[in-house]
Amino acid sequence: MTHQDEHDHGLDPDLPILTTTVERIVQWARTSAIWPAQFGLACCAIEMMAMAASRYDIARFGAEVFRGSPRQSDLMIVAGRLSRKMAPAMRRVYDQMPEPKWVISMGACASVGGVFDNYAIVQGVDQVVPVDVYVPGCPPRPESLIYGIVQLQQKILRSRA
Amino acid sequence: MDAPAVIDALSPLVSGAAYEAGASVDFATIYVPADRLVETCTALRDTPSLSFNVLLEVTAADYLPRDPRFEVVYHLLSVSRRQRLRLKVRVAETGFVPTVQGVWLSAGWLEREVWDMFGIIFDGHPDLRRLLMPEDWEGHPQRKDYPVQIQKAVQTYEPLEISEAEFKANIVRDRVTRTEPKAEGPEPKA
Amino acid sequence: MAELRTETMTVNMGPQHPSTHGVLRLVLELDGEVVQSASPTIGYLHTGIEKTAEQKKWQQVIPLVERMDYLGAQSNSLAYALSVEKLLGLEMPQRVKDIRVLIAELQRLSSHLIWLGTHSMEIGAVSMLFYAIRERELLLNINELLAGFRFFPSYIRIGGLREDLPRGFHEAVSAFLDRFPGKLDEYEGLLTKNDIFLRRTEGVGVVSQEDALAWGLVGPIARAAGSDYDVRRYFPYTGYEAYEFEVPTATEGDVFARYRVRMREMRESVKICRQAIDRIAPSGAFACNDTRVVPPPKDKVYTEMEALIQHFLIYSQGFTVPAGDAYVPVEGPRGEHGTYVVSDGTNRPWRVKMRAPSFMAIQALPSLVQGGLIADVVAVIGSNDVVMGDCDR
Repeated sequence: MTHQDEHDHGLDPDLPILTTTVERIVQWARTSAIWPAQFGLACCAIEMMAMAASRYDIARFGAEVFRGSPRQSDLMIVAGRLSRKMAPAMRRVYDQMPEPKWVISMGACASVGGVFDNYAIVQGVDQVVPVDVYVPGCPPRPESLIYGIVQLQQKILRSRA
Repeated sequence: MDAPAVIDALSPLVSGAAYEAGASVDFATIYVPADRLVETCTALRDTPSLSFNVLLEVTAADYLPRDPRFEVVYHLLSVSRRQRLRLKVRVAETGFVPTVQGVWLSAGWLEREVWDMFGIIFDGHPDLRRLLMPEDWEGHPQRKDYPVQIQKAVQTYEPLEISEAEFKANIVRDRVTRTEPKAEGPEPKA
Repeated sequence: MAELRTETMTVNMGPQHPSTHGVLRLVLELDGEVVQSASPTIGYLHTGIEKTAEQKKWQQVIPLVERMDYLGAQSNSLAYALSVEKLLGLEMPQRVKDIRVLIAELQRLSSHLIWLGTHSMEIGAVSMLFYAIRERELLLNINELLAGFRFFPSYIRIGGLREDLPRGFHEAVSAFLDRFPGKLDEYEGLLTKNDIFLRRTEGVGVVSQEDALAWGLVGPIARAAGSDYDVRRYFPYTGYEAYEFEVPTATEGDVFARYRVRMREMRESVKICRQAIDRIAPSGAFACNDTRVVPPPKDKVYTEMEALIQHFLIYSQGFTVPAGDAYVPVEGPRGEHGTYVVSDGTNRPWRVKMRAPSFMAIQALPSLVQGGLIADVVAVIGSNDVVMGDCDR
């Protein structure tokens, strides 16, 4: 983030000043403190809990707490199979999140319906909410999900505020 | 205790019931006629020599080309005598099975699930409505003529606020009730 | 002076809630903080596993069934495999039975650890979750050793096991068993005499033995109320009659009694695991001899024609199971868990129904929380150890 400027504008070059744009600072702040909303549905929720626990700690990536209320969170990790009965509730939780918000679809069931191609499961949560990152696996290892979160962070850094 | 022994113990207690011993590889299985079901279950629970005090499961199986189409299966357990028993009741598509919720409390939701999945109506059940599927779902998914995969748009919105009176009224509206027919009963509300 | 009009408040504890152990919806009618009635709505995780299983071949149902009760995954597949093997009339070699006992008990430990962590977290002891998951990571390492997958190894198959035990398995399990009882002592020291924990759990959610059995709650809930019904003792399966262990019971029937019963069950599981690991030889038979059901070893497949045909038949059209029905229950972490399997003589199941102990626990929930405080609802749901995947299937 440090720009080596040719013209030093009359300032002492040893002074510790960084220059950047507001947009980059804002996006950097947003990636460094993504707080997920608890939306664990099924087995992937247990892997998500394992990711939040001590071995694969995601607090070091910024996701310090899992907020109970969607109104205080930035990220919804849809962990598990979404049934048709649950779809309206999920849409409502997504609508309650304030902007900017992102969605990670964790696992095969959330991404494409997984092993369950039948009447009861929505074949992919992108039919209900817009998804930013898809993480495959059944359930994905915590490292996979952390990789997904890191990809999301890079996506946020690339995008406009 | 095998099936003939159970039938011998039950026959004097329940009059006019035509029991059949069923074939099984694990524990005793008997076929019970639907109209004698509640008396049979009460006898099974209360007789000291039988004392089946736990109803573990109520489920059904759909043998579609066959008539009667459904078989409702009850798994019973006697803790004190270390016995298991399976009761089977043959039901046709428009037939009814009396509820055993008065005998064992655990039957309530189990029978609701069988109604939800198969469409078998339980006479006298106080709260027969959908359990696993959404309340306004049409069709009974586990029947053999119901498709496994369906094309249906996902319903993403439902009413935001519903008053308490509406909530309770909806429950009563969804409930399927059918009183015990005396001679010829009314048509079932499907 | 005008009469003071009071009315109850209806509150929705919605499907998305931190403390409902999954997607359970409770509509509570409250008079202040006291719960007058609770009506649960389930079905938010209904997956249609039973209908999907009718489309798959017998062996292909195992991954589906494992994902039902996702905390006690391998006890699900054990229940299904036992029922199908009963229909097939297969008898397992002793080594396979011992390995299955070991896997079932390790799975019980794994599930009880999550119960301990989440239950304590919801009551307020948040750090218990991190400790419990830390121990569980060691168990998941063992799963990964077995089959390469942490959660759903699909290691138990119809006819035995998928393959032989890997190298290093005995050392890994023994290391875990040496370490674990000390950790259990730590956790009990944190919770059992803790005044806050006692006040939140003693006398809460009381159920009597007759009521528990009438509601069909056979498992740790009935054992905490005085019954000693344990499927491993009453109807032994897969060789449990040869193991020495106690079935812990309590008499009060409240949340604290269930906690004590499950903690002691964990210690008994460690005992059983130690006996099992001593009896298992590092290598040997891992499946029964029935060639219709068990695929032949790969080196024979590449050299012998008969083995090649057998392998091809098993993996392309599957094996057929004689017509009939069977139900062999196991003692899962939540209680009696079994799969009622109906076969019509073909290579696909006709009906697969899983008996879900969590289903009965949620059905009994309104009677357990009535008259208590709203905070007790959370404690009771946690102590009933409900898993919504098990309940909704």
